[in-house]
Amino acid sequence: MENRHAALGLTDDDVLKIYEKMLLTRLVDQRAWLLNRMGKVHFLVPCQGHEAAQVAAAWALRPGIDWVLAYYRDLGVALTLGSTPRDYLLSLFAKAEDTYSGGRQMPSHWSSPSLKIFTGSSPVATQLPQAAGVAYAAKLRGDDVVVYVSFGEGSASAGDAHEAMNFAAVHKLPVIFFCQNNLYAISVSRDKQMAVEHVADRAAGYGFPGVVVDGMDPLAVYGAMKEAVARARRGEGPTLVEAMVYRFMPHSSDDDDRTYRGREEVEAWKQRDGLPRFRDYLMGLGLLTPEADEALHRRLAAEVDAAAAYAEAAADPEPEDLLRHVYAE
Amino acid sequence: MAIKTLLEAIREALAEEMRRDDRVFVLGEDVGVRGGVFRVTQGLIEEFGPMRVLDTPLAESLIVGAAIGAAAYGLRPVAEIQFADFIHPAMDQIINEAAKIRYRSNGAWSCPIVIRAPYGGGVHGALYHSQSVEALFYHVPGLKIVAPSTPYDAKGLLKAAIRDPDPVLFFEHKKAYRSIRGEVPDEDYVLPIGKADVKRPGEHLTVITYGYNVHLCLEAADRLARDEGIEAEIIDLRTLSPIDKETILTSVRKTGRVMISHEDTKTGGIGAEVSAIIAEEALFYLDAPIIRVAPPDVHPMPFNHKLEAAFMPTVEQQYAAMRDLARY
Amino acid sequence: MPQTTITMPQLGESVVEGTIGTWLKSVGDRVEKFEPLVEVITDKVNTEIPSPVSGVLHQILAEEGATVAVGTPIAVLVTADEGAAGPATGVAGQRSAAGAPEPLPRGVYSPLVRRLAREYGVDLRQVKGSGAGGRVTKRDVLAYVAQRAQPASTGAPGAVVPPPAARVAAPSAVPPATLEAPEPVPAPATGAAREPGDELIPPDPVRRAIAQRLALSKQTIPHAWTMVEVDVSKLVAWREQVKEEFRRREGVELTYLPFFIKSVVESLKEFPLLNASWQDDGILVKKCIHIGVAVGLESGLVVPVVRDADRLSIAGLARTLGDLIGRARAGKLGLDDVQGATFTVNNTGAFGSVASYPVISPPQAAIITMEAIVRRPVVVGDAIAIRSIMNVCLSFDHRVTDGLYVGRFLQSVKRRLESLGPETALY
Repeated sequence: MENRHAALGLTDDDVLKIYEKMLLTRLVDQRAWLLNRMGKVHFLVPCQGHEAAQVAAAWALRPGIDWVLAYYRDLGVALTLGSTPRDYLLSLFAKAEDTYSGGRQMPSHWSSPSLKIFTGSSPVATQLPQAAGVAYAAKLRGDDVVVYVSFGEGSASAGDAHEAMNFAAVHKLPVIFFCQNNLYAISVSRDKQMAVEHVADRAAGYGFPGVVVDGMDPLAVYGAMKEAVARARRGEGPTLVEAMVYRFMPHSSDDDDRTYRGREEVEAWKQRDGLPRFRDYLMGLGLLTPEADEALHRRLAAEVDAAAAYAEAAADPEPEDLLRHVYAE
Repeated sequence: MAIKTLLEAIREALAEEMRRDDRVFVLGEDVGVRGGVFRVTQGLIEEFGPMRVLDTPLAESLIVGAAIGAAAYGLRPVAEIQFADFIHPAMDQIINEAAKIRYRSNGAWSCPIVIRAPYGGGVHGALYHSQSVEALFYHVPGLKIVAPSTPYDAKGLLKAAIRDPDPVLFFEHKKAYRSIRGEVPDEDYVLPIGKADVKRPGEHLTVITYGYNVHLCLEAADRLARDEGIEAEIIDLRTLSPIDKETILTSVRKTGRVMISHEDTKTGGIGAEVSAIIAEEALFYLDAPIIRVAPPDVHPMPFNHKLEAAFMPTVEQQYAAMRDLARY
Repeated sequence: MPQTTITMPQLGESVVEGTIGTWLKSVGDRVEKFEPLVEVITDKVNTEIPSPVSGVLHQILAEEGATVAVGTPIAVLVTADEGAAGPATGVAGQRSAAGAPEPLPRGVYSPLVRRLAREYGVDLRQVKGSGAGGRVTKRDVLAYVAQRAQPASTGAPGAVVPPPAARVAAPSAVPPATLEAPEPVPAPATGAAREPGDELIPPDPVRRAIAQRLALSKQTIPHAWTMVEVDVSKLVAWREQVKEEFRRREGVELTYLPFFIKSVVESLKEFPLLNASWQDDGILVKKCIHIGVAVGLESGLVVPVVRDADRLSIAGLARTLGDLIGRARAGKLGLDDVQGATFTVNNTGAFGSVASYPVISPPQAAIITMEAIVRRPVVVGDAIAIRSIMNVCLSFDHRVTDGLYVGRFLQSVKRRLESLGPETALY
């Protein structure tokens, strides 16, 4: 097995950690889905199939320094930067201790001032102009900061995406526009969403580079992100990194994907699942044994169990909390 | 202290705040090199440079969205929407984003932005340079809405808005920009957001108004006092949201007769909410029905000068309504 | 010759004035229509103004460098033809005044007027209306009250008389009592002839209000009256024993009134029709028991209310009465203190009376008095003993109930009063 990570500046420890985060993301997501189907959690946005792209992208950032405007499928990003399974589970159950919103938002609406993850909303693409604003502010202050903003290929159709990219290009802002193209915006397939093959094709139109990578391969994604971060920090402006991924699950727990895509397509993409492929890579290099992998599975599963139990038992917000934080207190 | 126009007072507030706090910066279309199409930001780019006086692309949603991001980063953006009529593309960023940042993050994040926009008509602006949009935002929690009528109020309130930790919509009546003058202190002073101002005390009726209509009502009140000895109390709301209930109700309890006057069209305007508050909390102090004096429910306002004149509030209109109310 | 006056145009939204730059034509020059006439500078744009007509520049009215308001004449052209008129001036459109509200029909009053009428005891049918359509306004009511206080004076009403609320706190935004008092009826126009030496004392608002209320009561409520004798010897003895200790501990007097009220209230629970009100569509039996306690002051009668008297112990009643009566004497009762009574108690015995015929306070259904306690010889068994005897009198609304019911009520009051003694709980 050829070592593809050393050249990217990743140590053996790094890639094992990347794998661990990918696996953790998968396990948390699976548990969330089960809780929903059991009727314990009302709503969730699954990310299975995106893990490689998300973990690798986040790995290229400096947690707590670089700013993150993630979108609602970015569980892998959140967990890699420092959010915990407990944080996510608390938001699924919308408990008072939920660090993202105190139970006010749907799950996956990330927020963490300490991790520089800005609060997100449900209307898509609104985060892109905001990311450009963050980057502009950083540039105005002369700070060495990169801004990561992610979105699906559907969001790329919204006016906000265009306005943000144009602005970022004009001012050479340190923004990485990270598009996770999973070929579907809920049920609307890529060919109804855009006339070009890739969202990244548009970047040249704005005046900055766009690259397309295999989003199922964490090393490919990491490589592209690393270069984009370096460009941004050198003051060369934005990059659009488009990771081609696939969403194994429906858009959300309220979606039925059998109404718009065949099982064969899903199965075909599952063969390209980044998680087992990366495991094979690590085992091929002798960095991971089946026993170690199994132990890892058990350890992470226990962590998920504990997080779920804690979150389910945690207290709900008080009714009086409804009235707080409309304005500064 | 000197006599300044509304526009000069606003410019002064911006310049002073930008000097006082280097986190404050201005962004919008034509605000930099051109100094703003109304010249409000004239001179700022020379003093503070193009990064702090940013000429944005033509993209209102971006203007507000970028302001939100910059505020999250720790700056104090003052975004300009060139005409209030153009604010609509930014509605999502204002209502779904700015207004909700604090609430949706359970207090972890805030959004201290100011969005300034010239509004109002009577300047041959036709349907897309004359609108009043305050009522569209009034309903949204988390926003503050300010509409000063005098240069003195404008400077103090804009400073307050810039220093406010929450998003503030700051509406400037374009007809008042150069036509309204007044004493404005040269030094730093801040007026409280959320406090109305009794511009003219009186015992016979209460007139609640804001923006350019304040001046129409003051003129009508002076004439009415001379002609018939009727003394109208004129309350300039200054802040539309959060509204100063206390000042309103104190006056209502004193006079028992209320007229609400605004340039925004009648149905669903701020006057409707003020009427409801008074009916709910001071019914047994009312000696007459609450009346609202406002233009008809058509699109503000046609280009033809006669049609515009038929739409715009006038001193005579305020006078007649006040007189009839006093006699009721 | 026809002339055209050129005025300063409005160059740009919100521009109100302009400065004359350079005159491009001199007086006497020929000017063609659309030819530039003068350069004007504003803080938004600098521009040349084209002439609206062909003609000769006859007069320059604003010199170079002058700043004039939009619409000010700056030049006059003499034209050979019927030139275009000057710039059209904006004509204010005809517009109906904001729809003036329909005047109220006679007999309908605004919320403020009704409240003032209630507070001052004014019969609005007596008040002349000066509002739209002859409507009675706040001013009219206040003028009426002022004029009522000085019936000899003529002419325009003077200062407003302070309301009886001088002794009662200013009204709040909360609407007054739940039981709507009927409209006061006019006092009958009577009166003895006035003769020299007679003194006419104008009634103050309090006196006037009381007078109207009493007249209304007697005119609308069929009063019936009855009395019982009560042997309160046991109570007298007991009270003697405990009153000092009570005063030391509680800081208020333990009079007979709390004991009396306690007995009355417990009896009212058994006989609720007396804690009621005759209405057009039925007898409204009140759930809460709020006891009005008549207090005689120099200025007149005032009746503070012990609210939820059934929830107070004898000691609690004593404390409440101490507070209310104290404040009544100091003139510090609030509006809430005098509203909402469902039944009234009058300690007429304090003046030495042994029998009284009290007047019911509308809209209540009854009023009870506690007469003086007198040592009397009475028959006990077959012997004569000296006992403390107190009469209890009751006036009641005969529409609401009859003698049988009332008799039983009074027997209940009597029984309770006669049983009060050392076994009774004070607290």
